[in-house]
Amino acid sequence: MDTMDTGFFVAWFEEAARLVRRDRDRLTELDAAIGDADHGTNLDRGLTEVTKALAEWPPSSPVQVLSSAGATLIRRVGGASGPLYGSVFRQMSKALDTPVTLAGFAAAFDQGVVALQRLGKAALGDKTMVDALTPASRALALAVRDGVGAREAFEQAARAAAEGAKATIPLQARKGRASYLGERSVGHEDPGAASAALFMAALATAAA
Amino acid sequence: MKKLINTADTLVEDALNGMAAAHPSLRIRDQVVYRAEGPRHGKVGLVSGGGSGHEPLHAGFVGYGMLDAACPGEVFTSPVPDQIIEATRAVDGGAGVLHIVKNYTGDVLNFEMAAELVESVEVASVLVDDDVAVQDSLYTAGRRGTGATLFVEKMAGALAEEGAPLAEVARVAGEVDERSRSFGIALSSCTTPHAGKPTFDLPDNQVELGIGIHGEPGRTRAPMASARELAAIAMEAIHGDMPLHGDLLVMVNGMGGTPLMELYVVFAEVASFVKGKGARVSRSLVGNYVTSLDMQGFSVTVCRLDDALTRLWDAPVETPGLRWGR
Repeated sequence: MDTMDTGFFVAWFEEAARLVRRDRDRLTELDAAIGDADHGTNLDRGLTEVTKALAEWPPSSPVQVLSSAGATLIRRVGGASGPLYGSVFRQMSKALDTPVTLAGFAAAFDQGVVALQRLGKAALGDKTMVDALTPASRALALAVRDGVGAREAFEQAARAAAEGAKATIPLQARKGRASYLGERSVGHEDPGAASAALFMAALATAAA
Repeated sequence: MKKLINTADTLVEDALNGMAAAHPSLRIRDQVVYRAEGPRHGKVGLVSGGGSGHEPLHAGFVGYGMLDAACPGEVFTSPVPDQIIEATRAVDGGAGVLHIVKNYTGDVLNFEMAAELVESVEVASVLVDDDVAVQDSLYTAGRRGTGATLFVEKMAGALAEEGAPLAEVARVAGEVDERSRSFGIALSSCTTPHAGKPTFDLPDNQVELGIGIHGEPGRTRAPMASARELAAIAMEAIHGDMPLHGDLLVMVNGMGGTPLMELYVVFAEVASFVKGKGARVSRSLVGNYVTSLDMQGFSVTVCRLDDALTRLWDAPVETPGLRWGR
């Protein structure tokens, strides 16, 4: 896989929708512990809309897939996760060059994560989705530097995101609804980081 | 879980249909609740919104003297920008629109996006952040908007009704927020229809202190105690943040699952606390106004009044959730 085509990006969101549907209750339970028990439901609703939109108006380029997914998440999910995830994909769509190489994907993805941090005002270690996406972005950049193939690079990014999500467990939340709990947010995995890890796992599957 | 619903997925829509059927003064279109008569030329429009599950907030406060439109999201989930944009355009009477936003990440992001995207309407925003249970610092998302939202909507609404310009309505809305503080205590969790079970487990002999309005746990737990002791905990937290003096507007608000009778028991203790500090309960409100589904518990919100704000509070209001003087 030297370049990533439209079908690859569609497959990414279809797999993300499948994983979020499968883990919907787990995400909602994570959110119940330190938030308001709706993350799985909301993201499932949003990604269902994303796949529906992609089927109804078939995109003709990777950029269109990303901008459609971003706009749908912003418009249909509500809460914080809709605009936050939506901004990642919308920014990616703006930064993406075609044909999409691994280096181009990694650079656009990093722009997406930067946009997310700007909008959410969250830094690494605040116990948010940034804690999964930043390590994933770093893993992609390292893979590009080391000349690793796309399939292996996405697997490394997925692993880094999963580890980043687990690493939120001992953290005290400083952003989002979990921050209201103060020290009581310690000991729970952040639901946003958990769902971000699912997006990266879906990327690895789409590339496999 | 036993709830009076058809399906969890249609809950918000079904409830809005009921509101429309019960209140001919409201018109509901594309999940936005409007005054049936539409915008009035030259009057600042007031738009608020937030997750559902806090009824009567916000949709129950649409009407004369309060909101022009409310945008309800899914249960405990902020509305999406499309709803807010549509509402903002529809209520503009040429004098601009004030967004009243509770300080939660989701609400703030969606209202900000809407304000950016709406064109040809002058928009100002006020952020409500009255909950003293949260430290306002770099280490949190900032104080939550809770009971003071009702005060802001009522007093800014009265001012807009008089024809005040947008900048003045926004200034007074901000002033009401600055003069208001809240603290909430839960005796039970609440059950969101999608989760189907209580958001947290709370043993019979314990309470959650410093809760918000989304069934999220509070900062600490404490042993269950008398109404007097629990009221004192809430009032000490408020008094510690904003020393009580002068004339106060005091609301004892039920979280949705507590009988009015018990709220009055709490109010008596709150009033006695206020008197003990040498301040005066000048205006009061007791009932379920800013709720958290079926949660048992209460919150207290205190606003330091002056003559101008007292007049705005007393001004006529006619909404499904609050009505007097008209």
